Amino acid sequence: MQVSMSVNGERVNREVEPRILLVHFLRDELNLTGTHWGCDTSNCGTCVVWMDGVPVKSCTVLAAMASGREIRTVESLEQGTQLDPVQEGFMREHGLQCGFCTPGMMMTARWLLDHNPDPSEAEIREAISGQICRCTGYENIVRAVRWAAAHPATQEVGS
Amino acid sequence: MQVPAPFEYDRASSVEEAVALLERHGAEARPIAGGHSLLPMMKLRLARPERLVDLNDLTDLSYVRAEGEWIALGAMTRHAELAASDLLARHYKVFQDAERVIADPVVRNRGTVGGSLCQGDPAEDLCAVVAALGGQVVLRSSGGGRVVAARDFYLGPYETVVAPAELVTEVRIPIRPGSGSAYEKVERRPGDWAIAAVGCFVTLAEGSVADCGIGLAAVGANGYCAPQAEAQLRGQPATEESFRSAAEAAAASCRPQSDQRGPADYKRDLVRELTQRALRRAAARAMAGGA
Repeated sequence: MQVSMSVNGERVNREVEPRILLVHFLRDELNLTGTHWGCDTSNCGTCVVWMDGVPVKSCTVLAAMASGREIRTVESLEQGTQLDPVQEGFMREHGLQCGFCTPGMMMTARWLLDHNPDPSEAEIREAISGQICRCTGYENIVRAVRWAAAHPATQEVGS
Repeated sequence: MQVPAPFEYDRASSVEEAVALLERHGAEARPIAGGHSLLPMMKLRLARPERLVDLNDLTDLSYVRAEGEWIALGAMTRHAELAASDLLARHYKVFQDAERVIADPVVRNRGTVGGSLCQGDPAEDLCAVVAALGGQVVLRSSGGGRVVAARDFYLGPYETVVAPAELVTEVRIPIRPGSGSAYEKVERRPGDWAIAAVGCFVTLAEGSVADCGIGLAAVGANGYCAPQAEAQLRGQPATEESFRSAAEAAAASCRPQSDQRGPADYKRDLVRELTQRALRRAAARAMAGGA
């Protein structure tokens, strides 16, 4: 079947099988491998992308269901050469070790900060509670999000 | 890599079209809402529909609103929207209690009211909440529609009265001014299915329990409810002693099974304790004005 969606602001059209999951569509069809593919059971959250502005687990969304929607992936965070404050926070506060959970963590963190610019530690932990870091680096992930909250981008570039 | 077996895909643009598609293709076509139950089951081949009818364009089925003596929840309302609803918070805090512990925030962005009820997972928290509150389920078919009491909606685990060409469009909850409600759940870790969970409401009159509802999740209760415990509590003074007796009745009436989440007697103990806690909290809310 034909699917057509906006991915990071660009229109994409592809012929796919209805059973193809959004995470594989992004990685294998569009080569957007920033979105990671983990548990396949909507538990680990490394595959989180935004669909119509809302974080979703892309291992549990069909590419067909995403047709006509707007998808935003981790590749959209960096604007030109300017890292998103969330990315900067993960770098400065060592918010990643192996890096596997990082794309999902960052997409959820960005959404949290867009809706709650100064979240408490409890609110950050609640927001990322659907995401698993098997390096167990949660302390630093929370610090990274706090860093981003304390250093909002000086100017909004693009959307 | 877990991928479902091949299937055909249709996207419905109206309830009428969804029902017509289901009618045309029979039981091998299944509606899909949030997909967070059906897609995992399809990946594991526990479900193998030949055709999916995507309901996600039916945004007119996404609402929480008061309609006379009822609160109406559209079938496509997401868990996150239930959690954020001021109307529900004003009438039944049990929804907020439960939504806080259903899966995780990102899953709650997708999962729907209709999908949760139709999945009929024995451990589904929302099923226990709707059963506790004596809700109704509205179904639509090409021949019109029907309304089924939530407690009569389930034939057994993962099995409902929904016919192949029927679609759940709404869940209704009776408004009970001044009542209090609460949800108590014990799980192995945040976001997991319940080991046992209890939801309830109580309506008080002059210090006694005028009306109540008790819902149970994950412990094999028929229709996710505990009618014996409710009957025992109605008319009794709203005291710890009454709550303890009702909790004993709830624990005695359920049929938990030993599994990886714990032995049956442990789950029965949990039902006893959680029923007391839920009734205590619901009564306190009722005494404070309700919700």
